[in-house]
Amino acid sequence: MARRDLWETPSMEPVGEGVDRRDFTKVCLMAAAAVGLSNSAGLKMAEAAEQGLKPSVIWLHFQECTGCTESLLRTSAPGLAELILDLISLDYHETLFAAAGHQIEEALHQAMEANAGKYICVVEGAIPTKDNGIYCQIAGRTAMDILKDVGSKAGAIISIGSCASWGGIPSAAPNPTGAVGAPEILPDKTIVTIPGCPANPYNFLGTVLQYATFGTLPELDDKGRPVFAYGRTIHEHCPRRAHFDAGRFARVYGDEGHRLGYCLYALGCKGPETHANCSVAHFNEIPGAWPIGIGHPCFGCTEQGVGFTKFVHEAATLPDGAHPPIEPEHGPTNAGWYGVAGLAAGAVIGAGMMASKKIADAGEEESS
Amino acid sequence: MTMDRRSLLKGVAAAGAGAAVTALPLEASTPKPEIPPDAFGMLYDATLCIGCRACVTACKEANAMPGNLYNPPEDLSGDTKNIIKVWHRDQPDQSYMKAQCMHCLDPACVRACMIGSFQKREFGIVTWDPTKCIGCRYCQVACPFAIPKFQWEKAMPKIVKCELCNHRINDSTGKPMPACCEVCPKEAVIAGDYRDLLAEAQRRIDEHPERYYPAGAPKIYGAEDGGGTQVLYLAGVDFENLGLPDLGTEPAGISAAAIQHTIYKGFVAPVALYGILGAVMWRNRRSGKEEE
Amino acid sequence: MAHPEASPVGGPLLTKSYKFLLFFLSIWGVVLIWRFAAGIGAVSGLSDGYPWGIWIAFDVVTGTALACGGYAVAILCYVFNKGKYHPLVRPAILTSALGYSLAGFSIVIDVGRPWLIHNIPLRVFDWNLNSALLEVALCVMAYTGLLWLELAPAFLEKMKDASSPGLRSFAEFGFRFFDKALIWIIALGLLLPTMHQSSLGTVMLIAGDKVHGLWATSMIPLLYLVSCVAMGYAIVVWEATLSSRAFSRPREDSMLKSLSGAMVIVLGLFLVIRIVDLIIQGKAALMFNSGGLSLLFWIENGLFLYAMFLLAGSRRLVFSNVFKAAMLIIFTGSLYRFDSYIVAYNPGPGWSYFPSFPELFITFGVIGLEIALFIFIVKTFPILGGKMPSGSES
Repeated sequence: MARRDLWETPSMEPVGEGVDRRDFTKVCLMAAAAVGLSNSAGLKMAEAAEQGLKPSVIWLHFQECTGCTESLLRTSAPGLAELILDLISLDYHETLFAAAGHQIEEALHQAMEANAGKYICVVEGAIPTKDNGIYCQIAGRTAMDILKDVGSKAGAIISIGSCASWGGIPSAAPNPTGAVGAPEILPDKTIVTIPGCPANPYNFLGTVLQYATFGTLPELDDKGRPVFAYGRTIHEHCPRRAHFDAGRFARVYGDEGHRLGYCLYALGCKGPETHANCSVAHFNEIPGAWPIGIGHPCFGCTEQGVGFTKFVHEAATLPDGAHPPIEPEHGPTNAGWYGVAGLAAGAVIGAGMMASKKIADAGEEESS
Repeated sequence: MTMDRRSLLKGVAAAGAGAAVTALPLEASTPKPEIPPDAFGMLYDATLCIGCRACVTACKEANAMPGNLYNPPEDLSGDTKNIIKVWHRDQPDQSYMKAQCMHCLDPACVRACMIGSFQKREFGIVTWDPTKCIGCRYCQVACPFAIPKFQWEKAMPKIVKCELCNHRINDSTGKPMPACCEVCPKEAVIAGDYRDLLAEAQRRIDEHPERYYPAGAPKIYGAEDGGGTQVLYLAGVDFENLGLPDLGTEPAGISAAAIQHTIYKGFVAPVALYGILGAVMWRNRRSGKEEE
Repeated sequence: MAHPEASPVGGPLLTKSYKFLLFFLSIWGVVLIWRFAAGIGAVSGLSDGYPWGIWIAFDVVTGTALACGGYAVAILCYVFNKGKYHPLVRPAILTSALGYSLAGFSIVIDVGRPWLIHNIPLRVFDWNLNSALLEVALCVMAYTGLLWLELAPAFLEKMKDASSPGLRSFAEFGFRFFDKALIWIIALGLLLPTMHQSSLGTVMLIAGDKVHGLWATSMIPLLYLVSCVAMGYAIVVWEATLSSRAFSRPREDSMLKSLSGAMVIVLGLFLVIRIVDLIIQGKAALMFNSGGLSLLFWIENGLFLYAMFLLAGSRRLVFSNVFKAAMLIIFTGSLYRFDSYIVAYNPGPGWSYFPSFPELFITFGVIGLEIALFIFIVKTFPILGGKMPSGSES
């Protein structure tokens, strides 16, 4: 088989089967729903796609395992990836492109020129900074320089995966390459970060589709993460939460508690301090296919300072309010009565003092 | 008022006697309190605790007390006998703290209770007897750990505190099974014979002196504090941070008891005073004349 | 001891102000029912941090100290043989009897399980002799009974004029009994308060470091005893003055003024013992570096000192000075007790206490009840004296 055949990507060649309009619309509606947009938005997405308004996407790869790209390819029924990619124009992608070498670099250059200021720059993988960033170089340029160049002319920048968001695995101690995430390389830009290892593909898709359709980005938190996906911790929407609250824990893998699906906090689950939506979105579109769902504690892959930093079986930090302080504040009891009580006491003492003064003075007159 | 010498002398003598009595040397400090032969206790190792609070829910269930972790308790109370608190949340030297009755070897509450409702009973467990208690709350004033709690919101209130689950006796060992120890997934709190626990705590600090407080020469809180307690603590941070006060080795309330005992030893002083008073008044009457 | 000069005040009981008092007491009764039906927490500001509040610190501890008028006058009258104080004895004993009875009633209100309160006097084999509070409770119960017994002659005198011969001969029997036994009853009535008033101070020592060092000292039993004697005298002055005004009886001025000498000595003792003890224990620095508590400490001492000043030398010949000093002593003695039970009691951060209005109202009601009963009894029975006796008598 020709090399070209093996490496052919669906995006480059239209596939014979095609998809009918109803299925296509359904897909857009689902994608819209996944990111909390309304049905009308979904319809608009489908419309925009049909009209061929496809934003350009330039996808950069640095210190990565390509897991996030792989994750993206595992979305939905056959042909969906192809459909989604029809909603955008993927103009540079090192994994999916057949071209290589000077050819692909030329494609990058042309795409940047043609869509300057409008293209979406997607970053996958961490960027090494030690020793001027020589530990990742493509076409003779360091990752730092590439990102600065491509990012400076982008309409939107999205970091997919923990590595691109904050450094991920390459940044684990001792971080020999000085790996950091894209926000550290381009501090002045608004960067949407979609952490995860891998990132949940629908978090990425929702962001991209919103931008493609409306030209806006979803609401972001202080770390640039879309709030619709990263606004809550795993602990807050974990199906095993009731076990946590009732004190039922698996102590050892395979024990009775583990088999009964008890909470995995005692095994080191980092759910309480990890912001992500794995518990509601799952992976590979199989219900229950996510770490806790299959009985392994969350290790906090999305969260800087937790994932690849804390030991997997080390206890997580529980949120504020879970435990009282050593000396909690006990408010005054029956506070409402205090004003009245003070007044009453004051009145009585005052009256007593006045009365005794009167008696004392009158007493002088009576004195024999 | 003119006071003749005799009356003045009488007055001074009385005051002097009073002062002398209270200035008497107090009883020599007591020897270490006796450890009951079947003493049962708990060992809580704060360095192992992960703050999961399984023990809090287990305690509530075992004692049929209302409440759960959806509306978690802030402190021990009339329906919470055990609680997990945290010191320095989010800091590297964070430590959890399990608070419940310490089951002192010489408890202040037992010394205080007028009618013996609080006693050390089987296994040395400090228990409360509802048939005797009048609800005076002197035990609350006395306890240096602020453990006994009162059910303020009830018309028929009780005094509530941990009793080491002495109502859950293991059929085979014949010993209590505290629910908190049963459910702890990290065995941060364990129950057992007091002497065994003391030995276990000693073993831990011998093997890992760097892990416990004070690093290098760790201390077992409760081995001697306040005369010794049947619930022992090991921690990685200063015990005072966890709300465990520095009590010295004297049992709480012992100096107050010493004063009482000194004054009323053998009831000699009151009887003597009674005799003196009676004699004085008898003499006054006999003399017939009164002073002006 | 029969006292021919004492006589019932007489007159109508249900005056306008008395009716108002009864009306107030009826509202109080409703509040009491609420306290027992809904629990202490519903009515008071008490908490696990401050399990004892004004019902203990005022109604019981201060109330019994204020009820030591009988004790104080009895010491003067029977031990120091100052017979001229006789007219003061009976009203003082009545105030004491009522004060102690109502302190006991306040205990019933305050304890959480009052239906078991009979356990205290009855379960002798369960008595914990280690407990200072037990000694206080038993002593107070015994002393309360004793006070009413000491007052019995007043009731017997009224009974002596009863129509039924059975009651008259009972009265005769009673008088014969008292004639022989009174000395021993009075001696007991001097011993018991000595014991429990001092122990009321010892009670708080079990709290250890929770009570601030300026108040927590092994001298506290003596300090409580001495200040209670002063308060007793002061109450006698106060009560005698008010009664004479209210019931238009001559006031025993010269007696009251001469009591002042005793007050000066007692107050001086208190201040000397207190300060010397703190210095000996090495706690002198606390007198100045404890912030608000230092201030309170010096206010207490200062007010007692001022009272001494008002009573010194020729100043005590001015009646208003005597009365003012008495009020000061009452206030300051109460303040001292409040401070050692509540203000200087620190259960740890996070706790605070202030009495709620219903809690205060219940206390006011107890005082109101005492006033109402006092008025009833002095109007009905021979308690208050008439003119001063002209010479000495036994």
